[in-house]
Amino acid sequence: MAKVPGSREAIHEAFGPHLNFEPAGGWQHESQHAPDRLVKTHCCFCGQQCGIQLKVRDNRVIGFEPWEEFPFNEGMLCPKGVKRYLQSGHPDRLLDPLMRTDAGFRTATWDEALGTTARRLRELQAKYGRDAVAVYGGASLTTEKAYLVGKFARVALGTRHVDYNGRLCMVSAGHAYKPAFGVDRSPLPWSDIPKAQVLLVIGANVGECAPITTSYIWRCRDRGGQLIVVDPRFTPIARNADLYLPVRPGTDLQLLMGMLHVVLREGLENRAFIEAHTTGFEAVAESVKPYDPRTVAERTGVPPEAIEKAARMFAQADRAIALHARGLEHHSKGVENCSAVINLCLATGQLGREGAGCAMITGQGNGQGGREHGQKCDQLPGQRSIDDPKAREHVAKVWGIAPEDLPGAGYSAVEIMEAIHRGEIKGLLSICFNPLVSLPEAAYTREALERLEFFGVIDFFLSETAQHADVVMAGSLQEEEEGVVCTAEGRVVHIRKAVDPPGRARTDSSIYCDLAARLGKGQYFPYREPREIFEELREASRGGVADYYGITYERLDREMGVFWPCPSADHPGTPRLFEGGVSMHADGKSRFLLTPWRESGDPVDADFPIYLTTGRVVSQYLSGAQTRRIGALVEQYPDPLVEIHPRLAATLGLDTGDLVTVTTRRTELTLACTVVKTIRPDTVFIPYHWPGDQSANRLTHRTIDPRSKIPEFKVSACRLAKAAGAPAKVGHV
Amino acid sequence: MSDFEFFVDPSRCIGCQSCLKACEECETHRGVSMINFDFIDRRESIATAAYVCFHCEDPTCAEVCPADAIKKGEDGIVQSALEPRCIGCANCVLACPFGIPKLHPKRELMMKCDMCYDRTSAGKKPMCATVCPSQALTFARPETIARERREVPVNTFQFGHETVRTKVFMMAPAGVDEVSIDVADYMWEARA
Repeated sequence: MAKVPGSREAIHEAFGPHLNFEPAGGWQHESQHAPDRLVKTHCCFCGQQCGIQLKVRDNRVIGFEPWEEFPFNEGMLCPKGVKRYLQSGHPDRLLDPLMRTDAGFRTATWDEALGTTARRLRELQAKYGRDAVAVYGGASLTTEKAYLVGKFARVALGTRHVDYNGRLCMVSAGHAYKPAFGVDRSPLPWSDIPKAQVLLVIGANVGECAPITTSYIWRCRDRGGQLIVVDPRFTPIARNADLYLPVRPGTDLQLLMGMLHVVLREGLENRAFIEAHTTGFEAVAESVKPYDPRTVAERTGVPPEAIEKAARMFAQADRAIALHARGLEHHSKGVENCSAVINLCLATGQLGREGAGCAMITGQGNGQGGREHGQKCDQLPGQRSIDDPKAREHVAKVWGIAPEDLPGAGYSAVEIMEAIHRGEIKGLLSICFNPLVSLPEAAYTREALERLEFFGVIDFFLSETAQHADVVMAGSLQEEEEGVVCTAEGRVVHIRKAVDPPGRARTDSSIYCDLAARLGKGQYFPYREPREIFEELREASRGGVADYYGITYERLDREMGVFWPCPSADHPGTPRLFEGGVSMHADGKSRFLLTPWRESGDPVDADFPIYLTTGRVVSQYLSGAQTRRIGALVEQYPDPLVEIHPRLAATLGLDTGDLVTVTTRRTELTLACTVVKTIRPDTVFIPYHWPGDQSANRLTHRTIDPRSKIPEFKVSACRLAKAAGAPAKVGHV
Repeated sequence: MSDFEFFVDPSRCIGCQSCLKACEECETHRGVSMINFDFIDRRESIATAAYVCFHCEDPTCAEVCPADAIKKGEDGIVQSALEPRCIGCANCVLACPFGIPKLHPKRELMMKCDMCYDRTSAGKKPMCATVCPSQALTFARPETIARERREVPVNTFQFGHETVRTKVFMMAPAGVDEVSIDVADYMWEARA
């Protein structure tokens, strides 16, 4: 029984979220003291991984200084990066391990916390079988920690069920790119973006979710480049678009097939490229025949002329780039959506050259690195398939175990929660994941968590999910342990340790190593520091797709990061993949893949006639476990608002600030609305960073893409009604 | 960096407010942001604008100050009010054509952007222009801007019959060499 113990008020009082506005000691106090040192590292938040210098004094991060020499962001930072340091010395920070009691949580010794966790996991496995225990990881962990999560699950626990919150991020892109190109990575470095003549940005709210990428897009425009933006919302970058396509949620695939239809109808395809570098063209060409612009316009709500214009702009440019993110990927056909982008690039020969290609804008801090080295349920280090006997043999050898002792593929993140709900999985060990806020259908997630016989969490704040835990092990912030991450570009960069974990909190990797020892597997986890994990990871990745063998911490410092694959010490790394059109498949060809149409798992009908789509705001990050504790970020956008077009608002008698009840097939939620012309009149938007009665994910549904297993966050069906109550003050709009 | 100038381009602004948050981290006025930031009309548009003090050649704020608390340096920077002199009368707040100065009633003091004197005097860029993700706020050499941007810098503003020249440049569409905010200035009658 893992219900939240004690009262909600008592939990809040003890663990927050409280708002930290000022550094420890207050603004004036800190301003009078110079830092002891500046630590060059990277932001702990999104996949841009901006270079930043942390000001450190007395083992505390007290501020920041831009790091202008780091080439990706040249000192630029979004507000999250500016204020990230306020996590240091935060009053909510967990300083000791916690054990649940009937009345709440009490502090515990490490011996008790680790001993209980190991004993309970062992008992559950003895009683119900090895796979009755699952492990959750996260894509904000360094690559060393992510590697350790995968190895810990498979070697220390011997369970096949290990997956991570990156399952909610860019996996649809990965599952499209790997079969098409033989690799799951952005094919191009961001320095290519300004060199394109045409940019197609589809399903990517760049200004809010990848702010630094904006500067690359604006530089492209400065050089005469044209910008096409495809989104149901008129996002901040859309106001400088040369062409804006207001696609109806869930119909991106038809739009992309319509664009390919126009390309082929008008003979704009690149025959030489198709013949030399691809397979499967004919079948895809046949498949887009029914998608004429008029038909597609009716389904997508995008004018036929705009579809034709976009297709011509993209195909006729010498150099065009398509950028996409969660708006394209969070669908039950997310893989098909991404494959359709790839098909468009292959048909027009936009690949493998400076300023040409396609790229996913990976969202999470280590969204790229966190998916390469073995915390995905179906992969081993080096982006190797867990079903590949050679891969299993290689990794088993590096780990010193027999290949047959290496478990097979397990459940993905959503499937693990479903297996917990139906009683198949009884125990869970989770780090860096707040599924109660971030998984779809929050009530279902809560029911599942309450059914766990044992729930262990490693975290630095007591997240909404961690409140359900039996044992909480106080772990470390990003700046408290050295490691590497891989950015959205495919650039591996060095995270430097700035401070030690405070109080009795410990580094995440040492917690796993201790747990492994208590599970009798200590000999496989002998690491004294992250560098030793990285050295093993280099070997484990060697010869794989994501080959890190030639990368060292020293090279990362010297070269400001290294793009993988980097198979040897004298290899320069690979900023741009597929040079000359050559993919990473054995035959060097890229694959056109069929993209059959499927309806959404939560279709709009007469009872639920409006589309609900969810996403982020610039001042918050993911489930908000960190950013909802930083005062300046909360002030910028304090509560979730329902974005609604004036035309729809008028039919409901709504004005900005009014309360509106949004009802889906799961449940209902009442929030204040903001009436704006920047969204389709048949669609409403709610940001998802909040828990409880503000949680957008109470409304979303659990339909997942059959291959990538990503939930369909971007399309739900809903109805709206004005709610009673005093209007809210909506200050920031 | 004495040959660097400040350029404001609202057409690049994505409304992230990084400038605002970074400004209040400055050690000389920690906790107080000097950035002016607006949602233009959120119902109608996503457009936002962030801007700093324009540092007028003949600063109206200084001209109307009864306490002679606002000084312009040889570098062209119009400083925040001098704390011993400022009487908190808000004349400057009312008079500034750009709406920049802010009165901090608790301290009875006007504070505004001084273009990060602590940073620029040490060879660094102002904080806001360093962090701005869209480079809507940019600190650069004029020739770099001329080479790389499609918009052009303007520092002559027409407020009715008043012409105001500033140290800070506003980026405008090519072909515009001064910016007027009065419709009348664009009418045939007004020019007659």
